Amino acid sequence: MGEVPTPGTGGGHAGPGAEQIKAIPAKHSGRWVATILVTYLGVAILWGILTSPNFKWGIFREFFFSDAVLRGLLLTLELTAIAMVIGVSLGIVLAVMRLSPAKVVSSAAWFYIWFFRGTPLLVQIFLWNFIAALTGPHPAIGIPLTHIVLFRVNANALITPLRAGILALGLNEAAYMSEIVRAGILSVDEGQTEAAQSIGMTRLQTMRLVVLPQAMRVIIPPTGNETISMLKTSALVSVIAVTELLYTVQLIYSVTYKTIPMLMVATVWYLILTTILTIGQFYLERYFARGATRELPPTPIQRFRALFTRNLTTFHAPLPIGPVAGTVGKDHR
Amino acid sequence: MSTVTPMVKSEGVRKSFGHVEVLKGIDMEVAPKEVVVIIGPSGSGKSTFLRCINHLEKINAGRLAVDGELVGYVQRGDKLHELHDNEVAQKRSEIGMVFQRFNLVPHMTAIENIMVGPIQVRGESKGVVRDRAQKLLDRVGLGDRGGAYPAQLSGGQQQRIAIARALAMQPKLMLFDEPTSALDPELVGEVLEVMRELATEGMTMIVVTHEIGFAREVGDALVFMDEGVIMEAGKPRDVVANPQHERTRQFLSKVL
Repeated sequence: MGEVPTPGTGGGHAGPGAEQIKAIPAKHSGRWVATILVTYLGVAILWGILTSPNFKWGIFREFFFSDAVLRGLLLTLELTAIAMVIGVSLGIVLAVMRLSPAKVVSSAAWFYIWFFRGTPLLVQIFLWNFIAALTGPHPAIGIPLTHIVLFRVNANALITPLRAGILALGLNEAAYMSEIVRAGILSVDEGQTEAAQSIGMTRLQTMRLVVLPQAMRVIIPPTGNETISMLKTSALVSVIAVTELLYTVQLIYSVTYKTIPMLMVATVWYLILTTILTIGQFYLERYFARGATRELPPTPIQRFRALFTRNLTTFHAPLPIGPVAGTVGKDHR
Repeated sequence: MSTVTPMVKSEGVRKSFGHVEVLKGIDMEVAPKEVVVIIGPSGSGKSTFLRCINHLEKINAGRLAVDGELVGYVQRGDKLHELHDNEVAQKRSEIGMVFQRFNLVPHMTAIENIMVGPIQVRGESKGVVRDRAQKLLDRVGLGDRGGAYPAQLSGGQQQRIAIARALAMQPKLMLFDEPTSALDPELVGEVLEVMRELATEGMTMIVVTHEIGFAREVGDALVFMDEGVIMEAGKPRDVVANPQHERTRQFLSKVL
């Protein structure tokens, strides 16, 4: 059959017929026009923002690192963290409940999700804030459906706006998280459960040791999104006077009337935080991908380095780049 | 009949999925140290029967006992009581099972896959289990691959790890559900070799497979199943050389 070109050698190491193609590139005039137009508009907008006197960058600089703003920022972070901890833990419980063979248990989880996803978060925030109106100022804590009272609490002291905000955000988040966790659990191959059971693991051990760690790979990316989303959603509790980032800047501009620069302070801080979280999410996903892929995707730093070495060696052997680089042809069999 | 308790005793076992009856009365007895090979076309119920033995499937009728004890139930007086989940789990831990698709836990290394059962289910100490796991790795010829993740191993290697995982629980019975069907032809031999050794060492085994050669050399008995019933059973050489049923003849002519 004579010489058959070997497919997949790819490296460009000169063999017969492996000569580099030299051709005049096709003209993409449309692309050039679009590129110029977009660049022009981008520069114009940026220039406008940075030079417009209305933005009052002096005030922005004055307040960006001010104590009040930093305190608000810290509270926003605390709200996000606590609400997510509540959301994730309760979400896992709800997801396992929904998959329970006991009908009442799974219905209870369904009902919870139905309620908390079916009403606006803003309404839930108000409800928790005014819960004392429902319970009276000194509700009794005891055994339900009996007259046994263990102790009485002061509802107004117990449910501060901050706690109401945490409850509202956390309980609402649990409803969404439970659906994410449930999808993750269902995505794990049934053979895994059977194998775990075949060596004598109980249902709980199977869930904890075998299923949930694998479900994580499916659960982590949307959970990262939820966290980023929570960071921004936490601004809603400003309506019940919790001095997180947004309410803090509102308090300041209600006195100084410098609305836009103060809102820009909040905006830039939110952007910084979401950027940091996005980077964190990348590494988290990478960690949970271990064992599932033969090689992990490169980190941005590794990719940057690869780009650099590629430029040096490209003349002889162009490296494949992209998230799956290195997964091809490295079969350990 | 001998006085020895059979390792597996199945009497009139029936199993339905919805309206489809997959097992229509299976009678079988497996003596300790015996190797029984089950063959048959797909859909004949052979895998289902295997899964009934460690209660991954619940039987609808008949009696099924392992080592003299009913599977999934306990008899008190003339009434059957369903076993609690944890009791079922405890019984399963004494029966090893190897699956067609290996089902190793992907986020654990090979040796962790082997160790997780004894540590978590039996509560044995890590040091003891690690030694035993390493010995098992050596035994299946993968002594140096303990740190590898399943995805870094070939199918044949994964299946050998899966066998080691089952053996780590020191089972009294091993069930093999088409252990070589998902493997490239060149990898089948290494898995069969491990199984052959296991049989020589006196493990009681029930093997569902299409490997007639293995059945003939290693099996003490060969069972041919079709459409939920046992069509024919006997010494492997006899069944293969001289099948009594037309259906057995047809099947063997296709797989041999």
